[in-house]
Amino acid sequence: MIILITGTRKGIGKAIAEHFLAHGDTVIGCSRTLPDWAENFSNYEHFTLDVSDEEKVLKMFGKIRKNYGGLDALINNAGIASMNHSLLTPIETVKNIFSTNTIGTFLFCREAAKIMRKKKFGRIVNFVTFAVPFKLEGEASYAASKAAIVSLTETLAREYADFGITVNAVAPPAIQTDLIRGVPEEKMNRLLQRQAIHRFGTFEDVINAIEFFLRKESDFVTGQVLYLGGV
Amino acid sequence: MKEINKIILEQIEDYNDFLETKMDTSAGNDTILFGRGGVIDSVDFVTLLLDIEQAVNDEYGTHIAISNSRAMSQKNSPFRTVGTLAEYIKNLLEE
Ligand SMILES: NC(=O)c1ccc[n+]([C@@H]2O[C@H](COP(=O)([O-])OP(=O)(O)OC[C@H]3O[C@@H](n4cnc5c(N)ncnc54)[C@H](OP(=O)(O)O)[C@@H]3O)[C@@H](O)[C@H]2O)c1
Repeated sequence: MIILITGTRKGIGKAIAEHFLAHGDTVIGCSRTLPDWAENFSNYEHFTLDVSDEEKVLKMFGKIRKNYGGLDALINNAGIASMNHSLLTPIETVKNIFSTNTIGTFLFCREAAKIMRKKKFGRIVNFVTFAVPFKLEGEASYAASKAAIVSLTETLAREYADFGITVNAVAPPAIQTDLIRGVPEEKMNRLLQRQAIHRFGTFEDVINAIEFFLRKESDFVTGQVLYLGGV
Repeated sequence: MKEINKIILEQIEDYNDFLETKMDTSAGNDTILFGRGGVIDSVDFVTLLLDIEQAVNDEYGTHIAISNSRAMSQKNSPFRTVGTLAEYIKNLLEE
């Protein structure tokens, strides 16, 4: 498969990229800074860009179309959070969060679908979070940007169905990456207690869900958000 | 380089292979693309527009997106005929 993954420099995106690379797939990745591991794989190509920079993103998709002749899957993993009471959150922060999470996801869905429709096959997986159903205080703008992705996922699933493209989302519980480093341990433990299964999520949990969505046999699964950990 | 209206007409001919009710391009620039008097539904129209967008970008080495906000807000839709679309794309390329 030819798989495009956003936010591959570190964290979950890196783990997903390494998984599919080891599996022999062709992976195209992007992030604002070049990953230190990009040279390790001959089946990996990196684009250094911000996912909300339309001009650069259009150029990247132009290259993908020319050099790879198609795209089978898009994994919209790039995301940022900011944990802060809304009364203390600058609008600039809110704009950044929505640019990366929501606008970036929209832009990549749109451009990927343009390529995928040619082969009447495509798999798009977006990233939502447990912070949406948990209505976490201190994460108002992050959760709102991700709630918008739930809506996008459901609507785009309908718009792209005619082209043989499915659009789904995975919603991990807390996974120990830089994204949640700032959350105090005591608060984290309380959050884990609210899940059906009281442990942190792992990269493998997320990869398992993504693999399910990507399977050829999953062509009847679309517009769904899969919450992990019994959230 | 190929004229824009030529590219559009070529893409319509290609797309006609997939259509049950074919688009008649004998009117050239006055061929109706979408709206009253047109024969294709909105999904086919979107698909055709994307084919045209790609063909133009390939021919001119550009990265334009045809459906930008200006197209959606113009009083006279640029998507009405081959001629109006060609004119609109030319303007996009000149920007
Ligand atoms: N960790 C969790 O507990 C958790 C839970 C639920 C959902 N999620 C979701 O999982 C996804 C990945 O999170 P993570 O925990 O792996 O975060 P992370 O460790 O902070 O990694 C974020 C990745 O995204 C890239 N990135 C950020 N902003 C970008 C932008 N504007 N353009 C391009 N790339 C950008 C970063 O690279 P650069 O800095 O080089 O750009 C980095 O590779 C996110 O969508 C997040 O919302 C995470």
